[in-house]
Amino acid sequence: MKPLNLFTATILGIVFGAGLALSGMTDPKKVLGFLNILGPWDPTLMVVMASALAVSLPGYQWFLRNKEKPLLESKFFLPGSKSVDNKLLIGAVLFGAGWGLFGVCPGPALVSLIYGQWQVWLFVGAMLFGMWISDLYNTHSAEKTK
Amino acid sequence: MSLFQNLSIHAAIGGLLIGLSALLMMVLLGRITGISGILWQTIHPLVNRLIFNNKTEFDAWRLCFLIGLPIGGALVHWIFQLPTPQFDHTSAFIIILSGLLVGAGTRLGSGCTSGHGICGISRLSVRSLTATGVFMSVAIGIVLLFGAP
Repeated sequence: MKPLNLFTATILGIVFGAGLALSGMTDPKKVLGFLNILGPWDPTLMVVMASALAVSLPGYQWFLRNKEKPLLESKFFLPGSKSVDNKLLIGAVLFGAGWGLFGVCPGPALVSLIYGQWQVWLFVGAMLFGMWISDLYNTHSAEKTK
Repeated sequence: MSLFQNLSIHAAIGGLLIGLSALLMMVLLGRITGISGILWQTIHPLVNRLIFNNKTEFDAWRLCFLIGLPIGGALVHWIFQLPTPQFDHTSAFIIILSGLLVGAGTRLGSGCTSGHGICGISRLSVRSLTATGVFMSVAIGIVLLFGAP
């Protein structure tokens, strides 16, 4: 990939990471406070998602409907799957369960490494292991259907 | 804390930055900002190459994005003197279980809060709307069942 594109990706990562930290999404207590709908409720996550979607949803819709390709690449790289299948549903259940136990998901976890607490490193390590196990399953089931 | 105090300006601006990053990733590079996917597609080929000496395809843009994440977080944390979150609200066992489930679930379900929740919904993808509804509901259920700190 061209150096400009690599630089762009870096800047986009910086902006995203800044957004996660500034919005409070790297604080699991705020995430769990949102998920705890029967307790003292923390609406922060809803505000964050609404603000993010206020930018990305109209932006995506306009750009994808009106442009043939992105500005710095020759084509779009969009996911191909269209239908809701069991893998998606089971994956979402597993992810939701994990997220509700600790209040940390992938993006905030990577940013939270900066706080230097061992719990985050442990989480990231377990997450990578979980990804690997799931990938083995994905590969194995793909082999079976050949 | 009152409802009003929680609706801080930080949350809105932080959210705008997240949305902006995701939008620009699509406009400039034509890609989804799905962090679980970006992470896996970086680690997997790197491990294959460095440890197993397999010549797997490796796209450096993902590594660049991932490196940017903590840099952006650190910059904002320092500039705005943000309070440091604490992660000591649960046991190591639960942390490991949580990590395993998040890792396995995001791989199997092809996405997480950024990939499905922000980008997928922005595409008005039925898959992502469904996935987001499911993981949100399950997460809420888990918190109601087992309690929050």
